[in-house]
Amino acid sequence: MTLHASLTGTPAENDWVRLPGNPAFATVLDYADSGGKARVAPFEMSRRPVTNAQFLAFVTANPRWRRGAVPAVFAEARYLDHWRGPLQLGNDVRPQQPVTRISWFAARAYCEWQSARLPRWAEWEYAAAADGSRSDARADPAWRERILSWYAKPSTHALADVGTGSADVNGIHDLHGLVWEWVDDYAAMLVSSDNRQQGDKDILQFCGAGALSTKDRENYAVLMRIAMLSALEADDTTANLGFRCAREIPGATP
Amino acid sequence: MKALRRCLALFLIATSAGAAEIALPSDSIYWLDATLSDQSGVTAPLSARRGKPQLVALFYTSCKFVCPLIIDSAKGVERGLDPREREALNVLLVSLDPARDDTAALASVARKRRLDPAHWTLARTDDGSVRKLAALLGVRYRALDDGEFNHTSALYLIDAEGRKVASTSQLGPVPDPEFLTQVRAALSPRP
Repeated sequence: MTLHASLTGTPAENDWVRLPGNPAFATVLDYADSGGKARVAPFEMSRRPVTNAQFLAFVTANPRWRRGAVPAVFAEARYLDHWRGPLQLGNDVRPQQPVTRISWFAARAYCEWQSARLPRWAEWEYAAAADGSRSDARADPAWRERILSWYAKPSTHALADVGTGSADVNGIHDLHGLVWEWVDDYAAMLVSSDNRQQGDKDILQFCGAGALSTKDRENYAVLMRIAMLSALEADDTTANLGFRCAREIPGATP
Repeated sequence: MKALRRCLALFLIATSAGAAEIALPSDSIYWLDATLSDQSGVTAPLSARRGKPQLVALFYTSCKFVCPLIIDSAKGVERGLDPREREALNVLLVSLDPARDDTAALASVARKRRLDPAHWTLARTDDGSVRKLAALLGVRYRALDDGEFNHTSALYLIDAEGRKVASTSQLGPVPDPEFLTQVRAALSPRP
């Protein structure tokens, strides 16, 4: 099997976009301890979600992450089950489509292989606030409407290739409108229905203060993402859940 | 000759144990490549805990409220066992807070709570491994700005091969009866 150089897993230098961050980003996650502000340090994010071709290069180089070889504890049975084989995409799966049906463990391992990591939620939300001309377009009802219309679309047809939608003001594609994306700290979103609905005996579930409420209740699109992510377990995979990587700015002190 | 025969027997036992080590079940948490450092500063891979059922929980030493209850709960389970069962069970508590929970902090808790080092391991590991271990167990947590953690609290029963068998979030010195039954079942000798 051969791969074109452009389809292999190593992103070229210009696949990373540098974002300046925000010391007090207004997140929709309104934790009691943080007052709804998140510190987002400068970081880099990949321009596009990870593709099937890139993920194929990863499993080719890392046999223990191949379908059928990965321990069940790291990825459930549906892991990559739309590919024809462990090292074959097949005719129905295009190389430039975003990879989906990958678990948090697998997504994390891919980013580590790239000397990177998964974006944290606050980083993702901060980047995804942009539109084509503004770094934070969230107050604009038209922005909300446009994003929401994607979530309202049934997800029955095949996913588009990555990067086909227009880039935002930072040069980043597909934060909305293509796939859901894993974040590193999905498990820090303590909003699963289990936690909300527990009775008295489970009041001790949480150690310490800091329960979550959500501010900006009009921002349905982002709230839906939070609801979805908070319901996932780390070995879960879905047909519409992909990921992209982030990394510290090389040479910068953390 | 007798000595030789004994030697041979030992060799056979050793090799058959070696063969059994090879096949780790696919749903075992011991696939996680993590290094634990315990309350004595001794380091070992997580997978070295294979072979005995474990009670496992995540905690942190500066936690005032729920974390002491996690220790109470594991002690409560131990008290509900007969001596043979108690001997066969280990307890592993891993810190959510590796930045502050150094060996001395872990040792201090172990001493104050009189945790028998033959059965109780209080451990720290790197930040990424904590996140992965939490994900394997199903623990959700978030660091708060004031140094505390918001986290779901449960005691997990892991079998000798590293499979998650049961859990309870009913914490306290009186063990959850259903959980205790599951622990005793896991400790019962194989037919």
